[in-house]
Amino acid sequence: MTALSPAPTVGSRIAHGLGSFVKARETGILLALVLVVVAATVKNPNFLFSSDGFRDLLLTPSILLLVAVGQAIVIITRNVDLSVGSVLGLTAYLTGRLFIDVPGIPVIAVFAIGIVAGGFLGLINGALVAFAKVPALVITLGTLYAYRGVNVLWTGSDRINSSDMPASFLALGTQSILFIPVLTIIAVVVLIIAAWYLRNQRGGRELYAIGSDPAAANLYGLKVTQRLLAAFILCGALAGLAGVLYAARYGTVNSQAGAGYELNAVGAAVIGGVAIFGGSGSVWGAAIGAYLLLTINRALPILGVQDFWQRAVVGALIIGAIVLDRVLALRQAKRLVEARGDLQ
Amino acid sequence: MTNFLQALAPATRTYKDHSQPLWRRILLSREAAVIGATLLVIIVASVSVRAFAKPITATYLLLDIAPILLIALPMTLIIITGEIDLSVASIVGLSSVTLGVLHSNGMPIEAAGLVALIVGAVAGALNGFLITIVGLPSLAVTIGTLALYRGLAVGLLGTKAVTEFTEFWTDLAKSKIGATAIPSVVIPIVILALIFGVILHLTPFGRGVFAIGLSAEAARFSGIHVERTKFILFMLSGLVSALAGIYYTLRFSSARGDNATGLELSVIAAVLLGGVSIFGGRGSTLGPLAGAVLIGVLASALRLANVTSDVINIITGTLLVASVVATSFLAWLRNKRIRPGKKTENLVAAKG
Amino acid sequence: MFENRKTRAGAFAALAVTVALVATGCAATGDDSGSDDSGSGDANYAITFLPKNLGNAYFDTSDAGGAEAIEEFGGTYAEVGPAESGPDAQVSFINTLTQQGAGGIVVSANDPQAICDALNEARDAGTKVVTFDSDTNPECRDIFINQATAEGIAKVEVDLIAEQIGGAGKIAILSSTPNATNQNAWIAIMEEYLASDYPDIELVDTVYGTDDDQASFDKTAALLQTYPDLKGIISPTTVGITAAARYLSTSEFKGKIALTGLGTPNQMRDYVEDGTVTAFALWNPADLGYLAAYAAKALIDGDITGAEGDEFDGGKLGSFTVGENGTVLLGDPFTFNAENIGDFDF
Repeated sequence: MTALSPAPTVGSRIAHGLGSFVKARETGILLALVLVVVAATVKNPNFLFSSDGFRDLLLTPSILLLVAVGQAIVIITRNVDLSVGSVLGLTAYLTGRLFIDVPGIPVIAVFAIGIVAGGFLGLINGALVAFAKVPALVITLGTLYAYRGVNVLWTGSDRINSSDMPASFLALGTQSILFIPVLTIIAVVVLIIAAWYLRNQRGGRELYAIGSDPAAANLYGLKVTQRLLAAFILCGALAGLAGVLYAARYGTVNSQAGAGYELNAVGAAVIGGVAIFGGSGSVWGAAIGAYLLLTINRALPILGVQDFWQRAVVGALIIGAIVLDRVLALRQAKRLVEARGDLQ
Repeated sequence: MTNFLQALAPATRTYKDHSQPLWRRILLSREAAVIGATLLVIIVASVSVRAFAKPITATYLLLDIAPILLIALPMTLIIITGEIDLSVASIVGLSSVTLGVLHSNGMPIEAAGLVALIVGAVAGALNGFLITIVGLPSLAVTIGTLALYRGLAVGLLGTKAVTEFTEFWTDLAKSKIGATAIPSVVIPIVILALIFGVILHLTPFGRGVFAIGLSAEAARFSGIHVERTKFILFMLSGLVSALAGIYYTLRFSSARGDNATGLELSVIAAVLLGGVSIFGGRGSTLGPLAGAVLIGVLASALRLANVTSDVINIITGTLLVASVVATSFLAWLRNKRIRPGKKTENLVAAKG
Repeated sequence: MFENRKTRAGAFAALAVTVALVATGCAATGDDSGSDDSGSGDANYAITFLPKNLGNAYFDTSDAGGAEAIEEFGGTYAEVGPAESGPDAQVSFINTLTQQGAGGIVVSANDPQAICDALNEARDAGTKVVTFDSDTNPECRDIFINQATAEGIAKVEVDLIAEQIGGAGKIAILSSTPNATNQNAWIAIMEEYLASDYPDIELVDTVYGTDDDQASFDKTAALLQTYPDLKGIISPTTVGITAAARYLSTSEFKGKIALTGLGTPNQMRDYVEDGTVTAFALWNPADLGYLAAYAAKALIDGDITGAEGDEFDGGKLGSFTVGENGTVLLGDPFTFNAENIGDFDF
């Protein structure tokens, strides 16, 4: 038995809190983001200080933020959802179609329908994973294809033009409240709710348990199937919301909307510290990861690197992140073994 | 590291029941079902789709699915060991760009092709290194290298394309065997299929591959060098993907950074359709080839019937999901059917 | 056992089907339901339009013009194409058309060389190939319908932007795909023309929106962030100019950065009216498609072979003569601005 340690003082508690904040993965990513922004702004002050520049910096990644948060939730349960890009595309097109076919439909109804549609698509994924016990990788690979095909089939050779949608809806894509774009506010609110749920609600914490050790979670009596379904539905719903926001932001929607988003979403989550084998990480990390990825995209040309290399940078970052995770995990395990050795 | 469902699902992987006569074992296999379905589609299409039953259909079909057939071979072995390689399409693109960049800068095409193959092998080796020596999960690594290699390919060429290649080689890529309608690219495919088939089914290395898929720990304790095997497989995957990349470039006379984007989905769909279990430990090389042909024939017939190519994507995606769900379903049925008394008799199971 | 029954059925099906296949394979000639396309007296007017990509307003108009022409002379119209622009995205469609024995293919190419082999195979099988809007290498097609000379297009673009920025300053080009024949031809001449006639205008960058709306939108935003003292953007692609205009009209640069290029009046009308765009150019894409269809008909009939000097009937557009390299010129580019934009509907 270890000797009892003295009760923690306020000072040591603060120090402990600060220490864990500093060591947290999310802080590291945040630092990297700040560094990138600083470097780009030094080179070209317009990057941050023009009103357009500031707005775009905050605005464009907010769509990816939503998708990355949903992806993080699924990855935490040791699964993955590759179909989010196709879900986004479908709901974006659905949004446009609703405005065209149902004139006068209230904007809030469109939001609701988009979220529900995304959730439904996520339910299909979740049901196949949970009930048919098929690996999520394969299911979502298949639904990525299938949903995109449905999207292209439905779209035909049409596209939704910005003139088809009401100005009030499109204004959401460019308006700002107190210098912060409306879309970013929506995304951050969702992020806060998701983070609170994962940390403070039973359903959220059980996701971590399921991801850490599914067999143990099962034996412990957690309702694994239910939680899995919830995770996938959430992921789909968030992708659906992202689709509605995409339509507001870009105005024009064709059949290829959202193609490739899944890679960025998984990358953002992994870079943000969500372990690919589940059980750890937070949606804050995924959110910062999303911002980091797209800001690098914008900053590269300013720093003199052709933006063709952006994908390579993303790939290198993902690999770097998971190697870092592994190294840290090994070091942690070693430390634990040594600590155990100390007791004897 | 067991994946999510290996941990949850009751382990019921069985070996073929060798008490059945040979002909029955062959006809009742997954491969026979896929081949049967393929033939069925060919029959129906020949009768109802105009212009399908011409030799040129077979030519275009084989030319189109050649990269998938090639890459499905090492992918089969990788999936049998329980890993996955999502970066194959990016390696195709990278080797394509290497070929184009080197050739357009004056290197003779043969040498450029050789360098492209080496690049592919190195890319595969990097995958293997990260997975076996650093110990990372293959899903995460290959998602990262999918982005990295594709990014390198696009970065090297920008979004331009190199389209000038020696006519001898581009003609060769599209040539046919003698007077038949079968393209010459089938010859390397058949040779590689035979090699991989022999390796998988008739060598200790192949038995090791199966063993690793069934239980990596048990395989390690049986003396199989797990890390080395996986490393070799990923390197082979990179090498064959590079070969497919060279073929793709020569066939379309176009080296581009985003060549073959999305090819990994078709390969995995073909492999899983062909009866290789995603959990690892079972499969053959014939099944994935048949699966690739099935998907190709379906796509070809639908295209000729003027069905839009998106429906083809829907069908591929649904086939992929359906085939894996069906396998799961059949396994569940088999489980339910085993009565308590007969359990030890019928079940030659291995725990995951 | 349950699954044995299923796989057994599959196995028997396989056996039966093998036998049937051997029999059918020998007998099938492939011609069945649907119209025959090799009748002796009736020419094969099954003409298919293959644009760079589907979902593009410019090609919707041009292909509709082609459809109108084909209806006039009693042929069959079809339109196929990839969802995304890319050099070899059209190859599989061309292969399918070859297999189907189409009478004519009218294609706008994303790359001068990549689809050449596929086109030549089609021509070997008897299909006539007409390129329009964006050419391939001359040896892979029979005729090219050019909307206007490359010099004419480049000149009008540069003159428009020079006028709007006062003859001096930095400009950038937002193009479509980097391999597109027409884009590269125009950009090359634009650069020459800038160097010779407008030495005070500096072309700082050429970016590629790949004819994808979102990519063009984001590329415009990136341009404005990277080059804060940019004074003008030329976008010689209808998708690009529309996306750029949409971005500019909601940004602080509206009215301060000149935007011109090639756009369709319907897509540009709002932006001309709100001041984002002063003037832009184009031709009538419907006429382009219309003429291309008639050229295909003339080739199918055997009236012309695409050689220089051949004359053919262009329907309501009159008669046209084939020029050098098998090229037919439609006309000159037309400048749209606030005064005349209300007169057009395409």
